[in-house]
Amino acid sequence: MIAADLAPLAVVLPFLGAAVTFILIRHARAQRAVSISTLSVTLLIEVVMLISAPSAGTHAVKLGGWEPPFGIVLVVDQFSALMLVVSSAVSLSVLIYAAGQGMADGDEDGPVSIFHPTYLILVAGVSNAFLTGDLFNLYVGFEILLTASYVLMTLGGTAPRIRAGVTYVVVSVVSSMLFLIAIAMIYGATGTINMADLAVKLESVDPATQLVLHLMLLVAFGIKAAVFPLSFWLPDSYPTAPAPVTAVFAGLLTKVGVYAMVRVETLLFPGDRINSLLMVVALLTMVVGILGALAQSDIKRLLSFTLVSHIGYMVFGLAISTRIGLGAAVYYVAHHIIVQTSLFLVTGLIERRGGTANVDRLGGLAKLSPLLGLLFFLPAMNLAGIPPFSGFLGKLGLIQAGVELGTPLAYVLVAGGVATSLLTLLVMARVWNRAFWRSPADAEDPDPILLASKADGSSVGTSRHVTGEDTGRFAGKDPVRLLPASMTGPTIGLVALGLALTVLAGPLFTLSDGAAQEMLDRTPYIEAVLGAGADR
Amino acid sequence: MTVNITLIVLMAAFFAAGIYLLLERSLTRVLLGLILLGNGANILILATSGPSGRSPLYTAGTPAEEYTDSLPQALILTAIVITFAVTAFMLGIIYRSWVLGRVDDVQDDPEDRRVADQDSYDYEDDADIIADTTEFSEAEDPSAAAAADRAGRTEGPR
Repeated sequence: MIAADLAPLAVVLPFLGAAVTFILIRHARAQRAVSISTLSVTLLIEVVMLISAPSAGTHAVKLGGWEPPFGIVLVVDQFSALMLVVSSAVSLSVLIYAAGQGMADGDEDGPVSIFHPTYLILVAGVSNAFLTGDLFNLYVGFEILLTASYVLMTLGGTAPRIRAGVTYVVVSVVSSMLFLIAIAMIYGATGTINMADLAVKLESVDPATQLVLHLMLLVAFGIKAAVFPLSFWLPDSYPTAPAPVTAVFAGLLTKVGVYAMVRVETLLFPGDRINSLLMVVALLTMVVGILGALAQSDIKRLLSFTLVSHIGYMVFGLAISTRIGLGAAVYYVAHHIIVQTSLFLVTGLIERRGGTANVDRLGGLAKLSPLLGLLFFLPAMNLAGIPPFSGFLGKLGLIQAGVELGTPLAYVLVAGGVATSLLTLLVMARVWNRAFWRSPADAEDPDPILLASKADGSSVGTSRHVTGEDTGRFAGKDPVRLLPASMTGPTIGLVALGLALTVLAGPLFTLSDGAAQEMLDRTPYIEAVLGAGADR
Repeated sequence: MTVNITLIVLMAAFFAAGIYLLLERSLTRVLLGLILLGNGANILILATSGPSGRSPLYTAGTPAEEYTDSLPQALILTAIVITFAVTAFMLGIIYRSWVLGRVDDVQDDPEDRRVADQDSYDYEDDADIIADTTEFSEAEDPSAAAAADRAGRTEGPR
């Protein structure tokens, strides 16, 4: 019995929690307690798994005792353990934030009581996708998390969310269909869907057929990961969802797609046959994404475009596919999950304090709430890659890998990466200048909440002081705290976790380097699943 | 591996009709397209299981090749359940879209249109920087400067 044998709990516990919270649908307080404690326990188990992962090596858990390649296996290696811990830490913070929002607004039995069970199912689907060693089970994991995300995306059923939800559902279903078709063709070509078994058997398939299967999988995962030119659905659909939902989607869902791409590239189809294609795709994703962000004035849309743009960095590392490039990509995925989620959570706070997420209508937030300013500034600089933040370290690793490879295309990619980093800084500085630095009076058509002040001129802490005929989004509601500690708390925690990536960069880089080495040398994975000596 | 030509033709017809419907703007047709694509994919999985044989219940002495490959059927069953759930959800949001706006079409993103239509001139970024910032001059009254600033702002090209 080793820690990795606990892997099924990472999927089963959230499912059990979802069932219990579904029964408790009329008891908001009990629901919150159950879902938060479930995710805390899950996170604890995953941390134990991560700590033991480097020494224990790759470990496969055979579900139901069926021997691979016939049964489903869950595989724990350093990459999947790291992804599990990061994703659970992020989803726990977002859950506490969402619960805090509910508490602050007094939604004891609002229409969002379905949030907790759906959210836990989403987490279970993400964990399943990270752990599984079976291609069809990966499809099922994707469907679990996607179906949960459809519900979260259209929460409340308002007109904008339905409009955005329709696009999102159709695009996701089409990508799932492509994945399913690819699975059918792979089964037709090899007669197996176990990933370790495939890694062995695909080598003997005709190279042309291999290329077709490879590209089909990459297109299916490319839609989910929002890689250019398959990324246009994302900035359209993410911003309309509630702030915590957008935050968790931005952090996790695209990264599951990236994770699947990494597995395809390293385990199923190793070699550098399409690396040039991936480099071009990475470059276009970075540059087109950030140019889109420059044109936006809504912070949520702007962040959605930076999300697309920074997916390009991960594809960059994957396309280089040397040990150092892959290791930097693994580190960058962990960094980006945390930073992008914290930025979206802060945007939720901005929207609450300023009444809108449109930068043209915001101003003076740094003076109104210095804490909010700090919470935005740190992850924003982290995303742009200012030293000594983790964004800088990740980008440095990628650039080092690109220079080491030394082909002309790699140098173009390095230049594109640096330019994207600078443009990200520009985008973040624009938000900072408008929403935080200028006077609220300069804002165009500001929300009443932004201009409200107490009788002595000091800034307000609740919506009670909003006067005038139009009180904006707080009209007709009881006074609520604008920045409740239950919402700022988890945001501070996540921003601090982003800073911890810098402090812990040494051990983390060792870990991601180990993960990269494990992936490039496929033998540990294959032997863990199929037994020693199976790969040759 | 042998393949069943009927299944392949059927699959091709489903995919062709499904993709055609998917490209329509009406949501109901898009949904029908998705259902056809799902069924086409299921037929493709069935086609990969090879020729049919004995039911996969163990009988002593029967060689392995005589049984039907049962794994694709298990995959199809799972895929059908998933397609069913997604179809039900799609019907739900299509109905909701009809209730809310009497529309059965894919809607434009208003924020996207707004960004596309906006002027490339941006007051905040592109306006001339005022040479004298009054910070160290004693004569100017700050509130008057703010008022002048606002006046300049409304006149500025937008």
